[in-house]
Amino acid sequence: MTRDTFVKEMEALQADVVRMASMAGDAIHAAVEALRDRDVARAERIIADDDRIDTLHLDLEARCMRLLARQQPMASDLRAIAAVFTITLDLERLADHAEGISKAVKRLGDQPLLKPLIDIPRMEALVQQMLRDVMHAFLRRDVALAEATALKDDEVDALRSQVFRELLTYMMSDPGTVSRALELLLVAQHLERAADHITNIGERVIYAVTGELRELNV
Amino acid sequence: MIAAGPAYRRRKIINAIMSAATALCTIAVLVPLFVILLFLIRQGAGSINREFFTHLPGAAGEPGGGMANAIAGSLVLIGLAGVIGVPVGVLGGVFLSEYPGSKFGHVVRLMADVMNGMPSIVMGLFAYTVLVLPMRHFSALAGGVALGVMLIPTVMRTTEEIVRLVPQSIREASLALGIPQWKTMVRIVLPTAAGGIVTGIMVGLARIAGETAPLLFTAFGNRFWNWNLLQPIAALPLQVFSYAIAPYDDWHRQAWAGALVLVAMILVINVTARSFAARQVNLP
Amino acid sequence: MSALETNTMPDRAAALPGPRVGGIDTRDVHAWFDRHHVLHGITLTIAPRQVTSIIGPSGCGKSTFLRCLNRMHELVPGARVGGQILLDGGDIYGPGVDPVLVRRRVGMVFQKPNPFPTMSIYDNVAAGLRLGGDRGGATLDEIVERSLRAAALWDEVKDRLEKPGTSLSGGQQQRLCIARALAVSPEVLLMDEPCSALDPAATLRIEELARQLAGDITIVIVTHNMQQAARVSDVTGFFLNGELVELGVTDQIFTRPKDKRTEDYITGRFG
Repeated sequence: MTRDTFVKEMEALQADVVRMASMAGDAIHAAVEALRDRDVARAERIIADDDRIDTLHLDLEARCMRLLARQQPMASDLRAIAAVFTITLDLERLADHAEGISKAVKRLGDQPLLKPLIDIPRMEALVQQMLRDVMHAFLRRDVALAEATALKDDEVDALRSQVFRELLTYMMSDPGTVSRALELLLVAQHLERAADHITNIGERVIYAVTGELRELNV
Repeated sequence: MIAAGPAYRRRKIINAIMSAATALCTIAVLVPLFVILLFLIRQGAGSINREFFTHLPGAAGEPGGGMANAIAGSLVLIGLAGVIGVPVGVLGGVFLSEYPGSKFGHVVRLMADVMNGMPSIVMGLFAYTVLVLPMRHFSALAGGVALGVMLIPTVMRTTEEIVRLVPQSIREASLALGIPQWKTMVRIVLPTAAGGIVTGIMVGLARIAGETAPLLFTAFGNRFWNWNLLQPIAALPLQVFSYAIAPYDDWHRQAWAGALVLVAMILVINVTARSFAARQVNLP
Repeated sequence: MSALETNTMPDRAAALPGPRVGGIDTRDVHAWFDRHHVLHGITLTIAPRQVTSIIGPSGCGKSTFLRCLNRMHELVPGARVGGQILLDGGDIYGPGVDPVLVRRRVGMVFQKPNPFPTMSIYDNVAAGLRLGGDRGGATLDEIVERSLRAAALWDEVKDRLEKPGTSLSGGQQQRLCIARALAVSPEVLLMDEPCSALDPAATLRIEELARQLAGDITIVIVTHNMQQAARVSDVTGFFLNGELVELGVTDQIFTRPKDKRTEDYITGRFG
């Protein structure tokens, strides 16, 4: 029966979305750890692995297209596929941000950090939590959870502003630290953008479940 | 795997036997027909000449004469029968097809089937009682009535069958256009069934053309020209009958000729019927 | 100027008053085949000059409902209709209303193309006028051409109008039937699965035609093909077991249906 085929393919698609999410999440975690440990080799590995994630993204998109063409899905099925389409894009961007952080690590090389990292790892921890929550919301079709995830985005934004202010003071007091500070600013920026993408994923989850498209990023 | 085995060979043999058997049966059916036709032609063709078609019957015993009045008379009687039988039959057939479930319709259908099977002499008796006795003489009209009444059940049943075959979708299309029901029947359904209806009429006419028994004491026969419908009229089957039982050889020969002409007439009617059947719009 | 003029024929029966735009309101409509109760309390509004499609599984009553709209249902022996159906405000089942006149205002095209077999293309299109309605002044030639143009068939047949209607291909025959229905200038055209017997190319042409015609007359189309309903209609109604489950804008029905039964049917979980 065609419906069974469709259901199986959707389940496979969803499983792969979750897999892609954990790959992207791991990449971000690894990138921030590489920053902490100043592990350039690890950073390079992360950059190389980004290809795998890109390939997975294209594969998932192709499978969505195939389902659309062959099954002509309607209503909730249609929304589910539309959601997967956009979610994989957001996840691919997530991985790109991990790549961006890794490139900053490479550029920093073995220069000493300006100060011990506190806020940046906190931002990363929040990002991981958000990713976990939004994927749960995705699998369980949980609108409330998706909405709650969006709230954490505010915290990430607040941390980013804090990091900016701190680094600004460093740069103003000692111009020699500017290049290092800028790299750290970039890392914080990447993490903040990552959180935004995860919020987008939350919006798509809500759309798939209710049919409403709402902006959650304030 | 799928190579020809013993089962295949057996099938082929059975196939050949059945084909031969059915062909033989077909020939068996056709043989009497051809024998009769050959006989007719052999016996009657010699007497077919212009005189046959233009002259009245001669005096008893004298050679010569023809069956002109009988041929004309047969045509008149067929025409009369048509005038009586066709309208009643067609309208009856239309009624039966439009109201298939009605109790009245069931009774009518039953009666028609009974009439179809009735011996034709009974029809003649009916016309005799109803027309000849009150009028105190035989007449073409009585003959026409007898034949017409025989025509009714045939025409009615064929009309009903054909009209019923007209697809409901045609009727629906017409009704959906806002065409009233009676107009739908008269202007759409009947024209669509026309070929089949006419075929049914022709087949009925071919059947009654050769009927002799009902004419024996209605039209009665006439040795002269007669165009008065209230007087007896000659008819080909009657003429053939009276010549055949007469003691004159010449008349016997003319009887054969008359039979041949009668068969030819029926053949022509049937062929015409086929051409109408061919024009019938394809019905599912 | 629209391609079809409004029919100016006077009603002889109890008048169906009001401006003729082709809006239909059904109120608590029931239908029976003898004792068999097939439609239960259908209440809906069909907006004028739009395409409304009716979908649902086999036997859900959508064709029966359509036939109630032009008083064809009652032609089946033992069939009955209850409730009101208002055409531009007048109940077509009101006392003294002539069903024949209703059918001139609400036309119908059927599943299998059914041109009259004994008639030419010209005669087919003219049949409704010759045998039924009022021409309103235009000559037969003009009306036939106008109807064939509206049905997107004129160019293909203008040189062979005297050929039999059945000499056309399936898709052309269906367009001929549409032209025939349009010739009497109805305000509403009902289409009962008009593309079921046609190939995909012919189907698309009929769908396009339906969209074009909707600018001038109201179209109600029954279809078992959901993609067709999605392509063609502005409003979609979902019928199930003789009931109207949901009626809504087509976009909404096919992306966010409100009723779970609609959702299940549309996504193929049954039917």
